[in-house]
Amino acid sequence: MIPWCAAAAIALCAAGLYVGFFVAPTDATQGESYRIIFIHVPAAWMSMFLYLVLAFWAGVGLALNTRLSAMMASAIAPTGAVMTFVALWSGALWGRPTWGTYWVWDARLTSELILLFLYFGFMALQAAIDDPRRADKAGAVLALVGVVNVPIIYFSVKWWNTLHQGASVSLTKAPTMAATMLAGMILMALAFWMYAVAVTLVRVRAIILERERRSDWIKELAPGA
Amino acid sequence: MIGTVAAVVRRDLLLAFRQRADVANTLLFFVVVVTMVPLGVGAEPNLLRAIAPGVVWVAALLAAILSLNRLFAADFADGTLEQMLISAEPLPLIVLGKTAAHWLVTGLPVTAMSVVLGVMFDLGAEATATLAAALALGTPVLSLVGAVGAALTLGLRGGGVLVSLLVLPLYVPVLILGAGSVEAVAAGLGAAPYLLLLGALALFALVLTPWAVSAALRISVE
Repeated sequence: MIPWCAAAAIALCAAGLYVGFFVAPTDATQGESYRIIFIHVPAAWMSMFLYLVLAFWAGVGLALNTRLSAMMASAIAPTGAVMTFVALWSGALWGRPTWGTYWVWDARLTSELILLFLYFGFMALQAAIDDPRRADKAGAVLALVGVVNVPIIYFSVKWWNTLHQGASVSLTKAPTMAATMLAGMILMALAFWMYAVAVTLVRVRAIILERERRSDWIKELAPGA
Repeated sequence: MIGTVAAVVRRDLLLAFRQRADVANTLLFFVVVVTMVPLGVGAEPNLLRAIAPGVVWVAALLAAILSLNRLFAADFADGTLEQMLISAEPLPLIVLGKTAAHWLVTGLPVTAMSVVLGVMFDLGAEATATLAAALALGTPVLSLVGAVGAALTLGLRGGGVLVSLLVLPLYVPVLILGAGSVEAVAAGLGAAPYLLLLGALALFALVLTPWAVSAALRISVE
């Protein structure tokens, strides 16, 4: 499944970038710089969605005590953090020409940054625990506590922002969007999906090999190891 | 059930009062951090009045984080925690008692001290009262959510820094609502919605976190 997903990620990414950079028209108000949304928006979607997937696998692992689900959770975390980081970074690069500043304390930006901290917290906790089984379970409890908190954080940050200052800048685009722009974004979103699946599966394979390195089937598989 | 909680609270309070310096240190830390801010940003009264709610709240968050290791570490070190885990009484109730005691020796003094700090920052009577009310509602959440982090990092190396990394992002809603309530009063709006939401958060945390802490303790001690 990994080569298929990786190939699909590359193909979709190429198609999405082609549509994004050559087919989609130039935006009337933002000029060419809007094209960064073809990276930015899918990354932001994935960053949030991957946290839900992470919490789902963590919950399954905790409830059914299956080792593989916990390994999936820890394999997803770095990809989710990368997506969050890409979303923040590309957003900053987009904000500079469009808003005139790299960073504003906008509700979405701030909650995305806090999401990045949640990912880092999850990985830091797992890294601090030597026993893998304890790391799995402790991470699972933290992920579940975090997923309950994410909506609360999101709404409180949103409210905090709207009370402090009027909505001077908003990420919401004009409701009418050229069909080709939407197509490019969907293609890129699918590409990011495939990338996330492929990378997570590669990482989970590495985790399995590392943890099971003393079991017989791995010794048969790789006698030299 | 009430008896279990009361017994745990009484025991932890007794232990805390035998080591009064530890309790005082948290409060002292809170006051010192708040005192540093005017020294750093200058003594302009209007500026200080504007940032006072946020400063007091951030200091309260840090004080709560620093006091978290007292929650379980000593009991873990001398084996009492294992006795609590195998006791016939429900673990969430024991956790609730310990967290309540933790709040009584950290959150409550911080709340009381905030009245003095409100006067020092010249917030005015209504805003100072709101600050104290918000802290009274918010600091229990700090203790309850912090207990999850403290239980997860029990006995780990570098636990102190790690627990801040885990818990501070989860404190965001409390910080926003708590500081926002005082600013709403300063802006002439009512603080009631903020305080109601803080109360809701406190109840929500009160119901759910003892279970999460219990699960985390069982993972950490097994």
